[in-house]
Amino acid sequence: MNADTPILEIKNLQVKRGGVNVIDISSLVVSEGEVLSLIGPNGAGKSTLLLTLARLLKTSKGEIAFRGKTIDSNHSVLAYRRNLSMVFQESLLFDTTVFENIASGLNLRRMNKNEIKNIVEEYAERFGVPHLIDRSARKLSGGEAQRTSLARAFATKPEIVFLDEPFSSLDPPTRESLMGDLERILHETGTTTIMATHDQVEALRLSDRIAVINQGKIAQIGTPEQVMNQPDDEFVASFVGMETVFTGPVIKLYDSTFVVSVSDRDVEAVGAVTIGETVVCFIRPENVTLSIVTFGQTTSARNVFPGKIIKITPMGLFHKVHLDCGFSLVAYVTHLSFENLSLREGGDIIASFKATAVHVIRRAK
Amino acid sequence: MDIIVEGIKQAFVLLFTLDPEVLGITWLSLKISGTATFLSMFIGVSVGTVVALTKFPGRRFVVSLINTGMGLPPVVVGLFVTIFLWRNGPLGFLEILYTPTAIIIAQTVIATPIVMGISLAAIQALPANLRLQILALGATRLQMVWILVKEARLPLLAAVMAGFGGVISEVGASIMVGGNIKGYSRVLTTATVMETGKGNFDIAMALGIILMLLSFIINSILTHVQQRERPR
Repeated sequence: MNADTPILEIKNLQVKRGGVNVIDISSLVVSEGEVLSLIGPNGAGKSTLLLTLARLLKTSKGEIAFRGKTIDSNHSVLAYRRNLSMVFQESLLFDTTVFENIASGLNLRRMNKNEIKNIVEEYAERFGVPHLIDRSARKLSGGEAQRTSLARAFATKPEIVFLDEPFSSLDPPTRESLMGDLERILHETGTTTIMATHDQVEALRLSDRIAVINQGKIAQIGTPEQVMNQPDDEFVASFVGMETVFTGPVIKLYDSTFVVSVSDRDVEAVGAVTIGETVVCFIRPENVTLSIVTFGQTTSARNVFPGKIIKITPMGLFHKVHLDCGFSLVAYVTHLSFENLSLREGGDIIASFKATAVHVIRRAK
Repeated sequence: MDIIVEGIKQAFVLLFTLDPEVLGITWLSLKISGTATFLSMFIGVSVGTVVALTKFPGRRFVVSLINTGMGLPPVVVGLFVTIFLWRNGPLGFLEILYTPTAIIIAQTVIATPIVMGISLAAIQALPANLRLQILALGATRLQMVWILVKEARLPLLAAVMAGFGGVISEVGASIMVGGNIKGYSRVLTTATVMETGKGNFDIAMALGIILMLLSFIINSILTHVQQRERPR
């Protein structure tokens, strides 16, 4: 593994379908050994981009270079594909034994039988399917099948692994255990990985960098912290779960904070802005605290607003609460807090959040 | 009623004593229909696979043509093969009308669209991403097609069985182009037609039982294939 050595470089990549650009990426560099996640809503073009990068779909324009060499001829496409592996949402196993499935990439490379046997056993072990090696692929559970598919992909010792929603069709416990194993194996092998997913938790857990894809374009690329906490635009912000969005002019500047006027309420936030400019503010619902009384309570939060509960939606482990504080605000509360505060629609409540919880995007002039 | 009971009794006697005439007809039938099926397998599976995997203008038309061909009436095939092989016909110089070869040709024409249509459907029924998965494993295009054919081997077997089932039980074309010549081009179906006409129900029934047995074997294999699950 050699960080910062580019393994894949993409320039002006375009894929058209019916005359419309479904992929349009001016530049993307993937470093050796990194795990890059492509996240975005359904239909954003994540899978198409992944297949294009694996040269399984034709490009309309632009170039893809692997280790500095442009892949253009049919010959170089085959050579390139022999350096990569792919795992889809469906396991797509062949109708034969687990052993033969894991061996399939090696058989295509005409490796000798003894060598194949050793490698298959090694990767069956790594992915936790050594006991299933003689079993027919038709008799596997979803998790076992996906483990076999991953073992098949890694057995060829690829330089880049492409994963297209690899955990989406698994139930949560199976997903959890497989994700743990994959995390460990990626760490051990240092294989460059590009994964498409719509699940942010998956992306956060496995990736060194995250690219948010919207309408075939990279809306933002950066470390998980950057993308989650400093979204570049409104699309990224709302996609990464910043439920509250409001726009207003900057009316006051303090030493480290400033005040934005939103529907006659003053919201304090942090950031470098100039007075009079209009900014867009985002607040994560988990950073909003709800309480009943403020008397005698000390809160370090700069922003405290009384409001009315408009709507409560149960979300499993927590409740999503829509508030009207003069501007609309969304908060998450745990089940316990929900009971303690005896929240109900139409009830009065006090919402508070820190100045640092407000993420600010400056509008381009 | 007697005629049926007596017929069945006699039929079993013929079968169990391995009557040379019944055996000869059965063997010739298997040889002719087997050869025709074998030929239709090559043409049908390969063309079916190519049509399934490629996109070209007029593809829809070709597919509906193949599907129509699956229901080609044997007598019509018999008629056209006869015309082609007729003394003054385009292929008359071959002088093969009223020979087993002529039956093989007619049966191949009948079986090929059946095998082709089912093969096409079988290859198309494979998961869409399977092709990409195989290419991503480092396969060449040819290796990819071969793996797909292997993956669809059971439905393809079903296709071949259906083709065989279609021709072994077909009578119209065989009688027209083969001529039902004793010991030469007389097959199970044409013999059954003739023996029934002559009132020899025992031998006709013996031949009928063999036909039904073959049909049963074919259908049990098809059923087995249909009830099988795909791997995840």
